[in-house]
Amino acid sequence: MSVADVREAVTQAHREEWTRVVASLTRRFGDLDIAEEAAAEAFATAVERWPADGVPPNPGAWLTTTANRNAIDRIRRENKRGDKQKEAQLLYDDDPPGPAGAIDDERLRLIFTCCHPALAMQTRVALTLRMVAGLTVPEIARALLVQETAMGQRITRAKAKIKAARIPYRVPSAADLPARVSGVLAVLFLVFNEGYLATGPDTDPVRHDLTAEAIRLTRLIRALLPEDGEVAGLLALMLLTEARRTARVSASGELVTLAEQDRGTWDAALIAEGHRLVRERLAARVAPGRYQILAAISAVHTSARDIRDTDWSQVVALYDQLVRLDPSPIIVLNRAIAVAELDGPEVALATVDRLEDKLAGYHAYHAARADLLRRLGRSQKSRAAYDKAIELAGNTAETAYLTRRRDQLG
Amino acid sequence: MQYLVSVITDTPDLATEDEMAAIDVFNDRLQAEGHWVFAGGLAAPSSATVIDNRGEEAMFTDGPFLESKEYLAGFWVMEAADLDVALKLATEGSKACNRKIEVRPFL
Repeated sequence: MSVADVREAVTQAHREEWTRVVASLTRRFGDLDIAEEAAAEAFATAVERWPADGVPPNPGAWLTTTANRNAIDRIRRENKRGDKQKEAQLLYDDDPPGPAGAIDDERLRLIFTCCHPALAMQTRVALTLRMVAGLTVPEIARALLVQETAMGQRITRAKAKIKAARIPYRVPSAADLPARVSGVLAVLFLVFNEGYLATGPDTDPVRHDLTAEAIRLTRLIRALLPEDGEVAGLLALMLLTEARRTARVSASGELVTLAEQDRGTWDAALIAEGHRLVRERLAARVAPGRYQILAAISAVHTSARDIRDTDWSQVVALYDQLVRLDPSPIIVLNRAIAVAELDGPEVALATVDRLEDKLAGYHAYHAARADLLRRLGRSQKSRAAYDKAIELAGNTAETAYLTRRRDQLG
Repeated sequence: MQYLVSVITDTPDLATEDEMAAIDVFNDRLQAEGHWVFAGGLAAPSSATVIDNRGEEAMFTDGPFLESKEYLAGFWVMEAADLDVALKLATEGSKACNRKIEVRPFL
């Protein structure tokens, strides 16, 4: 086996087994810190040994066993008072991993613990990326534009809080499940959105590493909770959005709007999978939540051959449904953008203008206004709105797009 | 596992009659379900005295050790299996006493 083959085997094992190894160790030792460290050590050992010893027939089992030993070693080292009884239990409780169902449960436990509502949102994101996705601290620091030491401290503090406050390691009860699942989905959606429209001026405008990770984690949740409509909805939404990723930024690094995208470059396989999920949810005949409605809107867009072919009345009807569920100003703004296509920019502008109090600090509000004013031929006002949008936008591709639009005004 | 459940307030107003009644109902439940350890309401921070006897002589200072807009008005000490249980109880406690609440584990 070549060096490249072994490296590929380690990468694959990391992708497929990391969550399982961390989850089963956390369950066994009741300590995220020990689980994380022991798992990381086991993967490091694999990198060292596999080139010489060969890749074991069952990499997952090898990694779990190695990580278990690491954890026991650490506990022994720390347990200086020599609690012999506990030590003996650690020694002889070396049982093999349980059946697949039980392991799946462990991964779910891990996810719910990392996304616990008693942790700050940014902490949940960081902890999920570390424990569930297996990203390293420097990778997460880069992803979330935080200094590496600060990120390390944040994760350490979170693990300490989980331990001290006894945040439970379990799947919430049926009564609490919907609210807790929606908390998990919010974390994943945040990761995805940061990838799809990166906020920083110093990053790539679209960050495939983050969108891919968010999709991978959402697929995992979907496999663990196949009956949950909102999980399916979020996965569909991500797939249908990801399908348009390459069309979204031009060769010169400028954001390309939905209307101007080359639809031939959209990823047909992702769209087909997204549409399948949306159809599955429609067939379920259960009142859809916000992710399912957003996915349905995306499905309408990705079904159209071009912008004129889009079923705008369907889009607006879906937004009406969404507004009833969540009347937040951002949803009202997005609905107005669809209304502009159906009833014209004048009607849409009236709605958008009413949102000023709430959205004056949001770049997309000014960008939407600028576009409507431009279409109505009110160049001067449009220019002022573009200026404001450019000032507030953080994404480089979006800034480039808005600047060109502004400079093209007559 | 025990948790300190602190009641945080920013007004000098004591609990109203309705709030006291709701707190009584909540306390009865805590006792019935085995979560009760201790609870009590506190007089205003201005009634506090700070003592520092680390040096040669004990020093007394009139008033709280920290002047702040929000302060501790009372607390529960609750027995709970884990944070989820403690948070659920505290959520109901906040409703009962109509104040903000902080949950903090004992070591």
